[in-house]
Order: sequence, then C-alpha cells, then structure tokens
Amino acid sequence: MENIIEIKDVTFRYQSEEETSTSVNVLEHINLNIKKGEFVAVLGHNGSGKSTLAKLCNAILTPTSGVVKSYGYDTADEDKLFDIRRKIGMVFQNPDNQLVATVVEEDVAFGLENIGVPTDKMRVRVDEALKAVDMYEYRGHAPHKLSGGQKQRVAIAGIIAMKPECIVLDEPTAMLDPRGREEVINTVRMLNRDFGITIVLITHYMEEAAQADRIIVIDGGQVLLDGKPEDVFSKVTLLKSVGLDVPQVTELMFILHEQGLDTDTHIISEDMAAEALLKLLK
Amino acid sequence: MSTVIKTENLTYTYGLGTPFEKTAVKDVNIEIEEGELCGIIGHTGSGKSTLIQHLNGLIKPTSGHIYIDGLDIWDKAVKIRDIRFKVGLVFQYPEYQIFEDTVFKDIAFGPKNMGFSEDEVKRRVEESAEIVGLKPETLLRSPFELSGGQKRRVAIAGVMAMEPKILILDEPVAGLDPKGREKILAQIKRYRDQKNATVLLISHSMEDVARFTTKILVMEGGGVFCYDTPPKVFGRASELTAMGLAVPQITRVMNRLKAAGIELDGDIYTVEYAAKKINEYLLKHKSES
Amino acid sequence: MLKDITIGQFFPGESILHRLDARFKIIITAIFIAMLFSADSVIGLVPGILFTALCYALSKIPFRLMLKSLKPIIPIILFTSVLNIFFLDGVVLFRLGFIKITYDGIEFTIIMMIRIATLIAGTSLLTYTTSPISLTDAVESLLSPFKKLKFPVHELSMMMSIALRFIPTLIEETDKIMSAQKARGADMESGGLLHRAKALVPILIPLFVSAFSRAMELALAMECRCYQGGEGRTRLKELHSRGSDYLAICVSLLFLNAAILTDLLL
Repeated sequence: MENIIEIKDVTFRYQSEEETSTSVNVLEHINLNIKKGEFVAVLGHNGSGKSTLAKLCNAILTPTSGVVKSYGYDTADEDKLFDIRRKIGMVFQNPDNQLVATVVEEDVAFGLENIGVPTDKMRVRVDEALKAVDMYEYRGHAPHKLSGGQKQRVAIAGIIAMKPECIVLDEPTAMLDPRGREEVINTVRMLNRDFGITIVLITHYMEEAAQADRIIVIDGGQVLLDGKPEDVFSKVTLLKSVGLDVPQVTELMFILHEQGLDTDTHIISEDMAAEALLKLLK
Repeated sequence: MSTVIKTENLTYTYGLGTPFEKTAVKDVNIEIEEGELCGIIGHTGSGKSTLIQHLNGLIKPTSGHIYIDGLDIWDKAVKIRDIRFKVGLVFQYPEYQIFEDTVFKDIAFGPKNMGFSEDEVKRRVEESAEIVGLKPETLLRSPFELSGGQKRRVAIAGVMAMEPKILILDEPVAGLDPKGREKILAQIKRYRDQKNATVLLISHSMEDVARFTTKILVMEGGGVFCYDTPPKVFGRASELTAMGLAVPQITRVMNRLKAAGIELDGDIYTVEYAAKKINEYLLKHKSES
Repeated sequence: MLKDITIGQFFPGESILHRLDARFKIIITAIFIAMLFSADSVIGLVPGILFTALCYALSKIPFRLMLKSLKPIIPIILFTSVLNIFFLDGVVLFRLGFIKITYDGIEFTIIMMIRIATLIAGTSLLTYTTSPISLTDAVESLLSPFKKLKFPVHELSMMMSIALRFIPTLIEETDKIMSAQKARGADMESGGLLHRAKALVPILIPLFVSAFSRAMELALAMECRCYQGGEGRTRLKELHSRGSDYLAICVSLLFLNAAILTDLLL
C-alpha cells in the first residue's frame, strides 16, 4: 500500500516569544508512515505530543526540523496548503468551536463554498454528506440545539462533503457522553470501511483505539509502540507506566497470566475474552 | 449514620408556560447518608445535572422539598448562601470559571466570600492545594499558564477550600487522560476521608463508578431508577443495558459466562474481583475433579 | 433567565414571509420604519399597525412570541413615557406644584408608545423569518457596491454571521459561569453599584478567556476547511428575487402611501 503521509525525522518545538532555552521539543526525531485506507489510532497522555503530531499532518504546524510529506506535498510549502487540506480533513475536540454557520446544512456547505463548488453541485454533496452521517433530517436545525454527538457528526459531514481522502480526528469524543461517543466512532468506522477514507484517530479511550487496525503510542515526543491493537495492548505494564490504560478484558487476562494461569494477553474485545474464559473454565 | 441529604417529591420544570416547557426532574425522593461516596449515573437529559443544582439551592424546585442536615433549604429562616457553603458544587469543565491572576487568589475566592480571616483563608488554600497535589510554588503562578489537568485541579481546590460538608462534582474527570482521571478521583476520595465529607459525583464512566463509589444513584427520564450499592446496581445489568447505559466491560463478559452456564458467585464489576473469582472457581473445580 | 431572550432569534418555517428574498425584506423593513415615522397622529399610525398585523398573519409566527419580544423593552417605553408626560408643554390638564400634565404630553406619549411597540414587533419579524445566513448574505449583497471603495463587505458579513452563531453559545456559557461563581459564594444580588460592578469580574474574565479560545479554535477550523476570504466563494443558497418579492415591495409602498395620506388628510 502507498504511504499517504510520510513523517521523516521530525522534531517540533513551539517557538516561544523570547528566545529562552526552556522551550522543549514536543516531538523528537519521529519517523512514521500512514498508509492509504488505514484506520490508525494514536494514544498518549496529555502533553505527550499526539495532538501536535495530528496538526503536522495537514500543515497547521510545520516541523522545526525534518520533513512531513502529505500526498507527496511537503507541508512546509505554503503554495500547496490548500491542496493538502482538501485531501486531509480535520475534526477537533470541541464540537461547538468548529461549526461556523447557524443552520446545519449551511455549515456542511461552508468548506464547499470556500473552494468554489457551483451551487447545484454543492446541494447534492451537502445532502449526501448529511445522509452519510445520518443527520439529514436535522439539516434545517440550529447547531446549538443539537447534542454533542450530533454536533460532531455535523462537523464530520462538513469534512466529508469536501471528499477528502484522509480525516484526522483530534480527540473527537473527549467531550461527549457514551452515546455520543458511540455515534461518532461508528460514523468514523463506517467512513473507513465503506468510503475507504484513511482515518487517524487521536483518543484517550482504549475501547475506541481497540477498534483500529493499528495503534501508535506516543510518549515524551517519541513513538513508544506501533502495531496491531492486540500486540500494543498486551504490553500492559509498559502502557500503565506511561499513564495509559488497557481495556478491562486485557487487564483481566494479564492479571490471570501473572498469577500463573495460561491466558493469552493479546485479548482486546469482549468476544475474545468470553471465548478464552469459557475454554479456561469449562 | 445520619441522613445529610433528603429530597421530598422534588420536581422541576424548565420554561414553565413556554413552548419549550420540559420537566427535567420528576418526583425525586432520595436519602443520602453521611460519609457516602455516591456515584450518579444516567443519560444526558436524565436530570442528573438539574438534580445536583437543586442540592445547593442554585435552582429552586417547582415543587417538593430539599433537606440538608435536616434543614428545609427554602425555608424562610434559612439563608441560601449558607447552604451553598455547606454544599460545594463543582461544575463540568470547572477550569472555565478560573479568573484570578494567581492560583492562590483563585482558590481563595470561595473562602474569602465566606468572610474568613486572612490566616484562615491561607490555611484553607494551602490545605486544599495539597489535597489536589498542587505544589506550593504553583500557588504563585498564573492559572492561565497551567496545563488543562492542572487547571482542573485548581478549580476543584477552589471548592474544596470552602470545606463543604457535602462535595458534589459534575463529571470531574471528563476529557482527561487515564492517569489524570485516576489522580483526581484519588484526590476526591482523600478530601472525603480527611474532612469526613459526603461526596456525590456524576460520571459517565461505569468503570470509574464501579471502582470508586459506595453507593450508586441511577437516574432515568428525570426520576430515580434505583439507589443502591454497586454490586446490587450492576446486578441489574440487563435493565441498565436496556436503558442504554453501559455496564463495565468486565461485568458484560461475566454475564456472558453466566449465560454459558459458568456461575461465578457474586456480582462482579471490577477486574481484580473478577480475577479473584476466576481463581476461586478453578480451585474449587480442580479439587472436585 | 438569559435564555428567554427572543430578539434576534430565527424561527424556521415555510410561510410566504420566510420565502421572500432577504434583501427585499431588509428594504421592506426600511419602508416600514418610514411608515411609522411619517405619522404624527394616532390615526396616521394605523396603516403601520395594520401592516404589522398582516405580516404576522402571513408569517404564521405565534402572536405570543410578539408579546414576548416586547417584554424586554417595556422599561424603556415606560421611562420615556414618564419623561414625556411630565415635561412636554401644551394645554394643561392637571397641575400639582411644579408637576403638570398636558394634553399634548399625553397624546405624544401615546403615539410614541404605539410607535415603539409596533417598531419592535415589526422589525423582529425580519429576524424571526430570515435565517441569519440569508440575512448576512443579503447585507453583503446590498452593500456590495461599496466593495469598489475597498470597504470590507464580505468580512463584515462573515463577522456578523459568526457573531449570530455564537450568541446562544455564549449566553449559555454566561449562565454556567454565573452559577459556578454563585456556588463559590459570589454575591451578585446585593450591595451598591461599585460592589455589583466588582462582582462582575469573576464572570467577565472567564467569559472573555473562553471567547478568545473559542475564536482561536474556530479560526483554525475555518482554515482547515480552506477558508481564504471572500474571493471565489460560492453559495449554497443564492439569493434570487422573484415576482412575489417585487409585489411585496409594492404592497409595503402602498401602506407607506396610506400612512402619509391619512396623516395629511385626517
């Protein structure tokens, strides 16, 4: 599979006003590739640099040293800014602060208006996007009257209307209740499965990360782990030492394993756990 | 133990007489004992947030009564500000209420409003900062340059410094990473133990509620669905699931084992307890065979 | 509570008024204002009142909402009325010491009260029946001749539309911050003017801090969605004038004529 985002030896440091030596590297010599069609989850505690990593992908930030190439364009090249952003959409944490318009469908149209899509084509794309996230019946509503999960789905519709090839979501569920979280995660999975959109999901929730194809764990500005969810979560002690958690079932298997039972610590879902425990206890 | 919070047929209707009229809390009768660490769970819109704002008199009920320490808080003889000092309320995302230029001053806002001497205010600020794990030198910094998790702890300390007998928190760990969540929950527990306080907290995380609380209040559609100990509440897993509330993942797995004919006695809702029960089960069956 | 404010709100609907071109609605509102201010007598105001009633009937907006929109301005009306009744010269009806009530004072006050109430009720219809986006688009379109003078017309309408989008959010936030500070013992209900002004600090600072951070995040989100100013932008809903829009203008002009004539003749 081809790489759509290539991060090569990237170091990033926020430029402070006065040139003091206190500004630390948020990311240090990171190397990562994101492949077309992947569903990647990025984990890391607050301040680990995972948000910065997301912002480097679509040229909101550019590396202090090293190169980020998105769809072959160097993100430091300002002429290619909008080419990159049309291909890589971004959804943010706070649903309120990314909706521009006072009516749902007008908000979904915002990006299309910016890139000059003709009115008749725009109508079709807005309706399609709203139907894809199951918010079509709310097209005439005011955003502030919607629930958090619904707002976030409107934000996603605004991105997919632009037909991006990749969507980066920066903790899209952090401010939502369990129902809203489920709505958003189901939508994200559907976009990956049915539309083939590459997903980079930054999250605190282990159950959400467990649904990805690949998990990248960032700690102290570096890649700590990178692999399949079951392999990453099996490193229970390491994850806990960097302030992260594992799904409850993985933890159970880990504890049982520590106590000398022959359990597989690569278990990350309820189904897998039920099956393994049945075998153990029967 | 004595009852510290009691509500009697508590009902509240929003926007009475407008097209947006909605009953948020309906006929709620609860009694919470002193020293309890009570988790409140329920969907968004189940009336949790409205209920807790009644308990310190921020919202006046449409009908019904609220008793704090046996006092009817809307009785003419009761000053509502005194009730607010007795019942501390930490809102969701409390870091947005920070306004002073130093952490010390911001935490001191509550105690100052209560009219304490400077020495007493200082003692309270330092003590509550200590409980939430803020270093003494942090007190002199501007709260606006702290990290999100630190700001959250400053805001919580601001309410703890009022040393309320009852501390109520609306989703105190929302949006934090696992480590941050763990820290704040432990600090809340510490406050309760040090001050012999009663704590109520709203949470969406069943896992946290299961590990952390002594009682659970489940709200549904503005009313109380049940109020009981965690094992009893999670023992009704199927009803909770039908309501759309997720029970802890571990409980779901154990219920599936039960359905497959493997009976681990006791209602299991934490990982450690599950591990213990599985070991017991294996021991018992090995000795049998 | 702050949430009860209805001025500036939009009530979606499909009525004739909702479907009129927003640009025309703005022009009609101007004509309506002229209608009310061309009249110097109670009778002269009748066409304006009838026009308002007609518009409410056509808009299918509940009458109750109109009354609600008037509520916040009652103090203003009462205050100016009192001033006018006591301080206007003319035929004296009643005198007590230096206080006197004149016939002209009463007449003028009645005219003014009706005028302000009708004005608010009528102009509220503009926002009730027009989505904020159409409204700002219309302002942009009406002001577009000024673009040639380097006047930032697009930026202005964008700012208006974002302001409208965030008003409800910020009102909600203000409510929340007020509750949070009250829970920390802030006393906002008692004390003198200075004390009350000081009591606003714990509310205003968090509100500004949050508004700024919202603005930063919104700007970032807009940039990510390829916003680059008004150049080359298209619209989901283009403004189209139709026959009915011109008809509406004619009707409102008729009412303006009626207002001027009744005032002159009667």
